[in-house]
Amino acid sequence: MIKIKGLKKVYKSGRGKKATSVEAVKGIDLDVAQGEIFGFLGPNGAGKTTTLRILATLLSASDGEATIAGANLRTEPEAVRRLIGFVAQGGGTTDDVTGREEIVLQARMYGIGKAEAEKRAEAALAAFDLTEYADRKCKTYSGGQRRRVDIAMGVIHQPQVLFLDEPTSGLDPQSRAHMWDEIRRLRAEGMTVFITTHYLDEADALCDRIAIIDHGEIVAEGTPADLKREISGDVVTVVVAEEAERAGELLGKESYSNGVEVREDNELRLNVDAGDSAIPQIMRTLEGAGIKLETIELHRPTLDDVFLTKTGRSLRD
Amino acid sequence: MKLLRDTWLIFQRHMLLMLRSPLWVVLGVAQPAVYLILFAPLLKPALASVGANTMSDAYKIYVPGMLIALALAGGLYVGFGLLGDLANGVIERSRVTTVSRVALLLGRSLRDVVTVIVQCIIITVLSLPFGVFVNIGSLLLGYAILALCALSSASISYGIAIRVANPSVLGQVVNNIAQPLMLLSGTLLPLALAPLWLRTVADFNPFNWAAKGLRALFIGDTGNPAIWQSIVIAAGLMVVAVIWSARTFSRSVR
Ligand SMILES: Nc1ncnc2c1ncn2[C@@H]1O[C@H](COP(=O)(O)OP(=O)(O)O)[C@@H](O)[C@H]1O
Ligand SMILES: [Mg+2]
Repeated sequence: MIKIKGLKKVYKSGRGKKATSVEAVKGIDLDVAQGEIFGFLGPNGAGKTTTLRILATLLSASDGEATIAGANLRTEPEAVRRLIGFVAQGGGTTDDVTGREEIVLQARMYGIGKAEAEKRAEAALAAFDLTEYADRKCKTYSGGQRRRVDIAMGVIHQPQVLFLDEPTSGLDPQSRAHMWDEIRRLRAEGMTVFITTHYLDEADALCDRIAIIDHGEIVAEGTPADLKREISGDVVTVVVAEEAERAGELLGKESYSNGVEVREDNELRLNVDAGDSAIPQIMRTLEGAGIKLETIELHRPTLDDVFLTKTGRSLRD
Repeated sequence: MKLLRDTWLIFQRHMLLMLRSPLWVVLGVAQPAVYLILFAPLLKPALASVGANTMSDAYKIYVPGMLIALALAGGLYVGFGLLGDLANGVIERSRVTTVSRVALLLGRSLRDVVTVIVQCIIITVLSLPFGVFVNIGSLLLGYAILALCALSSASISYGIAIRVANPSVLGQVVNNIAQPLMLLSGTLLPLALAPLWLRTVADFNPFNWAAKGLRALFIGDTGNPAIWQSIVIAAGLMVVAVIWSARTFSRSVR
């Protein structure tokens, strides 16, 4: 449904000596299949928004090609616009008009006639649980309601692909769960949904497939389950009473450890090949050094561990 | 066709927004209204030299200038609204649709024209008690000149706003443009009082020509060539300004 090849974006600003350029997206390749929820996971500044805005025809790429539902992004932007919906992270509602007026206008901007636009708005308001607030001004809406109006606007022309930039950032847990349901409903209707997120649980629970992006490059791609399976070994979390730094150093030197990260609150995360045999060895190492162990726990790897393995950093920070 | 349809669509949206907060329209006429009542009487002696012997004559010279100033200033400040909509995502959300890019700007500019004309009507009505009676045909022609001026200044403002992309820079640029244009259009004082070199400079200011034509219409001097000259010049300026701003906008937003 979406094919991206060698997509690049360099932001240039300033002139002469003060000219600076930021390479925000460094040549990415991606294939997104029809009817899947595809997640673009990465920390702030990774290049998610840039990529999405390029795909939504809002920004021109510095290099590379993409086709969306068969339309070429560079040569047929009009066709692409008809085939896709896009919702920016900050949305685009106006304070002084009602949700209904916004949705009708959005439909009409796609060239839909007045009567049809009103009919579709009515249906969209019902589908997104907005009927009750339809005729109240947008400034009176909660964050979640506003976001639902944004998405209703994004799909009012029945696009094949919907791009959502961080659709749940800043929402409370309940609105977030509601939003996930809406996105799943759109997939059930056959839409391909491409979302960006910096939430691990969102990528894990909502997305059929994800690509992890960091510094403008894709570092991993696959289903969340495959990605987690790919990282060999397990993660052991150790909490010590004190001297976490020294414990980290000691454990890092041991042959069973494939990397240690010292976190807040005296917590250490170790990548090990086999957790069950490593645990007794870790306990012995710490005992030998006179460091008191509080808890020790074995986990299956999470997407954060995937990120950590691929980039050497944690996405949580 | 699509351009017209989309322009109408965007125009309606902006009219709706204007009608929901009409306070701005009224605030825009507050200053000219105060000028009308407080300062115009002081002008009678000054305007005597250009043939204003009665109070009503003085007002017929003063009010047209003020209306041109209103169209000029009212238009020049509209760029802030566009920067606001660029920042809050309204423009971005429109750009992902197939709506005409030019319509996004034109619909908005036409709303600005309506705002200015409404303000001009208010000022015209307020100046009736001072004896400013103008025949309806001349008045309508005068409003057409004012509409052309407002569309020009609004377009210039949008063009600059897109270029500078920053409200505080826009404020400075607009101030720097508005002041000389205002002074050199004799909107507050007719340039007949100015030295020759200043009048020569003012001849290059389209708004000065518009002010001359509007004065002729208000005085009832319908045979004055300044009238058709002002219409031609204002229309020319409007065409150039609209094309420039539309191109600047479409290029910046794709
Ligand atoms: N308009 C711009 N001009 C210059 N640099 C930009 C611009 N927009 C984004 N960037 C830079 O490009 C990089 C990627 O940004 P972005 O795509 O917004 O990341 P994300 O959405 O993943 O947080 C960042 O380093 C950001 O500072
Ligand atoms: Mg972003």
